[in-house]
Amino acid sequence: MNTEIIGIVAMFLITLGLSIPLGKYIAKVYTGQKTFLDPVFNPIEKLFYKISGIDATKEMNWKQHMFVLLTLNTIWFLLGMIILMCQGWLPLNPDNNPNMTADLAFNTAISFLVNCNLQHYSGETGVTYLSQLFLMFLQFVSAGIGLAAAAVLFNALKERTTEKLGNFYNYFIKSCTRILLPVSVVVAVVLLFNGTPMTFEGKDTITTLQGDTVQVSTGPVAAFTAIKHVGTNGGGFFGTNSSHPLENPNYFTNMVEMIAQMIIPFAMIFALGFYLNRRKLSWMIFSVMTIGFLALTVPTVMAEMNGNPEIEAMGIDTSNGATEGKEVRFGAAASGYWSIATTVISTGSVNSMHDSAMPLSGMNQLLAMMVNCFYGSCGVGLLNFYIFIILAVFISGLMVGRTPEFLGKKIEAREMKIAMIVALFHTLLILVGVALSTGFPEQGASTLNNPGFHGFSEILYEFTSSSANNGSGFEGLGDNNPWWNITTGIVLLLSRFLPIIGPIAIAGILANKKHIPESAGTLKTDTTTFGLMIFSVIAIIAALSFFPALALGPIAEYFSMK
Amino acid sequence: MKTKNKSLFQKELIMEALKQSFLKLNPVTLFRNPIMFTVEIGTAVMFCVCLWILAGEQSQGSFAYNFTIFVILLFTLLFANFAEAIAEARGKAQADSLRKTREETPAKKIERVGELHVNEVVVVPSSSLVKGDVFICEAGDIIPTDGEIIEGLATIDESAITGESAPVIREAGGDKSSVTGGTKVLSDKIKVQVTIEHGESFLDKMIALVEGASRQKTPNEIALTILLAGFTLIFIIVCVTLKPFADYANIPITIAAFISLFVCLIPTTIGGLLSAIGIAGMDRALRANVITKSGKAVETAGDIDVLLLDKTGTITIGNRKATHFYPANGVAESDFVKACVLSSLADETPEGKSIIELAGKDAVRNLSIEGATLIKFTAETRSSGVNLPNGTKIRKGAFDAIRNLSVNAGFTFPKETAERVTEISSNGGTPLVVSENEKVVGVIELQDIIKPGIQERFERLRKMGVKTVMVTGDNPLTAKFIAEKAGVDDFIAEAKPEDKMNYIKNEQQLGKLVAMMGDGTNDAPALAQADVGVAMNSGTQAAKEAGNMVDLDNDPTKLIEIVEIGKQLLMTRGTLTTFSIANDVAKYFAIIPALFITAIPSLQGLNIMQLHSPESVILSAVIFNAIVIPFLIPLALKGVTYKPIGASALLRRNLLWYGLGGIIVPFIGIKVIDIAVALFM
Repeated sequence: MNTEIIGIVAMFLITLGLSIPLGKYIAKVYTGQKTFLDPVFNPIEKLFYKISGIDATKEMNWKQHMFVLLTLNTIWFLLGMIILMCQGWLPLNPDNNPNMTADLAFNTAISFLVNCNLQHYSGETGVTYLSQLFLMFLQFVSAGIGLAAAAVLFNALKERTTEKLGNFYNYFIKSCTRILLPVSVVVAVVLLFNGTPMTFEGKDTITTLQGDTVQVSTGPVAAFTAIKHVGTNGGGFFGTNSSHPLENPNYFTNMVEMIAQMIIPFAMIFALGFYLNRRKLSWMIFSVMTIGFLALTVPTVMAEMNGNPEIEAMGIDTSNGATEGKEVRFGAAASGYWSIATTVISTGSVNSMHDSAMPLSGMNQLLAMMVNCFYGSCGVGLLNFYIFIILAVFISGLMVGRTPEFLGKKIEAREMKIAMIVALFHTLLILVGVALSTGFPEQGASTLNNPGFHGFSEILYEFTSSSANNGSGFEGLGDNNPWWNITTGIVLLLSRFLPIIGPIAIAGILANKKHIPESAGTLKTDTTTFGLMIFSVIAIIAALSFFPALALGPIAEYFSMK
Repeated sequence: MKTKNKSLFQKELIMEALKQSFLKLNPVTLFRNPIMFTVEIGTAVMFCVCLWILAGEQSQGSFAYNFTIFVILLFTLLFANFAEAIAEARGKAQADSLRKTREETPAKKIERVGELHVNEVVVVPSSSLVKGDVFICEAGDIIPTDGEIIEGLATIDESAITGESAPVIREAGGDKSSVTGGTKVLSDKIKVQVTIEHGESFLDKMIALVEGASRQKTPNEIALTILLAGFTLIFIIVCVTLKPFADYANIPITIAAFISLFVCLIPTTIGGLLSAIGIAGMDRALRANVITKSGKAVETAGDIDVLLLDKTGTITIGNRKATHFYPANGVAESDFVKACVLSSLADETPEGKSIIELAGKDAVRNLSIEGATLIKFTAETRSSGVNLPNGTKIRKGAFDAIRNLSVNAGFTFPKETAERVTEISSNGGTPLVVSENEKVVGVIELQDIIKPGIQERFERLRKMGVKTVMVTGDNPLTAKFIAEKAGVDDFIAEAKPEDKMNYIKNEQQLGKLVAMMGDGTNDAPALAQADVGVAMNSGTQAAKEAGNMVDLDNDPTKLIEIVEIGKQLLMTRGTLTTFSIANDVAKYFAIIPALFITAIPSLQGLNIMQLHSPESVILSAVIFNAIVIPFLIPLALKGVTYKPIGASALLRRNLLWYGLGGIIVPFIGIKVIDIAVALFM
């Protein structure tokens, strides 16, 4: 088999192999069992809780959970705005980078806060080391918030009737210290040994072979890059993200970074099974997501490896695939694989230029974010998937002649209302955003580099990436202006918190309902048939509603290239 | 189940439904159905577009094309209205005939003079009767309204309600004292007290329900409406935002195309059939001769986890029957049978009769008990029998009673008969020991006869996930045996009314839904407690008021049918929703290329169905969308067949039929219509 293919298959299988034990460990963390890190963190946590006066043993209902979540996020957002707008005057600024403008700071603070990391700046010149450190902090806590929210969901799915769903501070702190931190340390060390810098010194000056002097930006890159992937954040230290040679030096680090971004989303699925003792349910969810992932990945990798027919027509050798916008050290297959992994998982880090990808690859990247629940980001991916489970359970429950129920809880009008609003909102934000940008071209469309179908794809990508909290860019549009900063900023906020609050509200309401024991008439949700049902619901609701938009963008481009 | 009005479409019903289809176009009434309401708005817009073109507008295509779209959309609405109207008309037809008999009924009211009911009879119209009034009914009279017999006994023909021609006996006191308006007294005379206010009788409730006047949306229906409204909203967003997208790409899209795309994508199929399905569900219950007090009760029936059934009459046929003669050692079988027959000839109890039956005509023919003295059963002797003129004393009775009798007279109780007695008991039977002149001559085995076919019904229930519980007054040993033999999952032995109540409460505590059937006043609390309480029509008024359904046939196994009707109702909604949504795949692939193809010729590659032209595609998609509704009306009214094959298998089956079918059918349908439409273009 082609070594390029072997490389990506290995990446997938290693991730899967590591994620199962990690899932077991995560389940242990959330059930409150002892972990190997307790001796280190327990005293620190105790001290922290004592000083802050937080009672981390108080059980909360879903509304209290969400109140804490929103309060923490508000504080971090305000802090972020202050730091970014004053960074030029603050310490740790060896390169003398200036303050951010208000609209860019608004967009940047939000985008790191919501685990999206849509970057409308370049790390080398746009931010100082202090800002980078604060952004790194946000990468930790935003992933921690997502994981903690998923932990609330886990708790709510237990077979009992209660309002009390654990303590949010406890889940959040544990997510950061017991899960994100140890995994990040491992990844950071590996990167460090492969040449990624970790320093607070300013730009390095080197003399090239030609005798020119070149200024090379450095900084605390290894730590930043580790959490960027482990927390499915994707915000690059440098402007070119993981295609930068210092952020992603070689094929090996590429594999490590790839595994790092997929491992927690994978592990969370298995953690659910270990936590509820329903491993079959985990495998059903994992299978549905994997089929979706493969359906997007395989054609993308094929399209990238086959190369561009128009370039081939010019008599240029394309045996290495479509190499425009790609790093030679990664190759077409690994770049294509990465582009789908980073979009399904909502990391949004890139190791190639998505704008240069083949039209069908572009469409698949878009679809990955439109669906936004094939694996998905840390914790939130599962919450998104939960909405589709609810919708699928409802329709299939009716089909077998029983009031629909999921894990022993009846799904009624109120839950349907919330599920439908959440499902609708993603479509609404993307399509309305694009409609405004195309409807007022002097604001949005005028900043495009490319006309026609490809330009349309660029706009579509920007809003899809924002609404999916992904943060990758198709790029090709001048996105640092008030229009893009403010519109995407608003989309980011809405599309982060609604898909967390919605599922948690449903889970909270269901947890408080009477538990119905299983009988022969109960529809089993861990079967292939039900998996197929969820897949169809996702395909029809999430994917098909974007069909007209896709037809005008990547599909039209694909057919006009033929 | 009765088979009245079996045919789905009768001429007069269709005429009425056609008229209603137009009346239901009123936006005020259509507003209740958000999906069809948006279609109505689209239709109105198309009407304006037609006028606009007549006024000289050039950019929207030809008048004929736009007008055709308008007409098809109008038909989509009419088809949906027709579905609802025909479902209502079917119920109404049945109710109307009942109402007719009632309105014309004169009532022989007893005038109240002071505090006494003096027997002064005044004939008044039934509508003037109020609660507490007393009236008289004699042979040939039609009972004017629901009430309770306070004096007398009568045979009553209830066929007007139940369709059952065999008359029933109703008498004052006890559990069979209630009468229903519209039924006919065949013999004797009864005095009845009115138990309900005018307009609240059983029939009134039934008529109101089937006519849809008091029909409220059930919880599942509300949740489904939310889902469908959500889909509609998504497609509103998709269609509205398409306008700036198309402008940006310089693609002109006509209003007709936008509206057609929208109407095709929203789930009009299920939206149009939803209320018809609900009405048809209640109608099916009515056809099974069950009156439900609300549509919700039918839905709940589909969710039932536990079913409480009385043993007698439901699981077993009435009373015990003799099944075997076991003569004692040294006694000839024919002698023993003779003794048994003689002791039972004058016995009027069902057990006694069954002994004669078992002995057969030949054994009975030459026997006579003329001149014999009958010894009646008493609680003291616990035996009965006969003293023949020749001095022979035959007794039959409980094991210990006869043993005492025999031992006191100096005989020993034969060992093998004693063993036989134990064996019969442990097999769930009742031993009846027979003695002749105090000497034990053998034992008769009495057994409960389990209704034929009942095991299969329980098996079916088990596959549906319903647990069956037998309620009986028998001792635990007998109860256990019968429970096992009939195949019920659990039993309550030596049951008192409060035991039923406690059992229901316990199951409900565990989160289960419980259904039960009852008739007596002492069942009323349990009927009220149960999630689905089915009262028998022959039962007391208290029982009928406590339950949420009434079975007109007084058939205890009816619960099984009710559960299936409930499941069918939900399934029909679920499968048609799936079908409707699955249709969108084909519609997208038909319409989207058609919208863009003139401006972006390369999108021809998306035209996988090789359709004729953009106009023909849009026409055929809306035509398909409209005619699929009338095609599915019979399915909506009859309901999807329920098969107890387990939930996963059922899902697989329905997903295959309605999901995959829903994807494939429109591809074929639209293609065929497109070929036909192309002929005219």
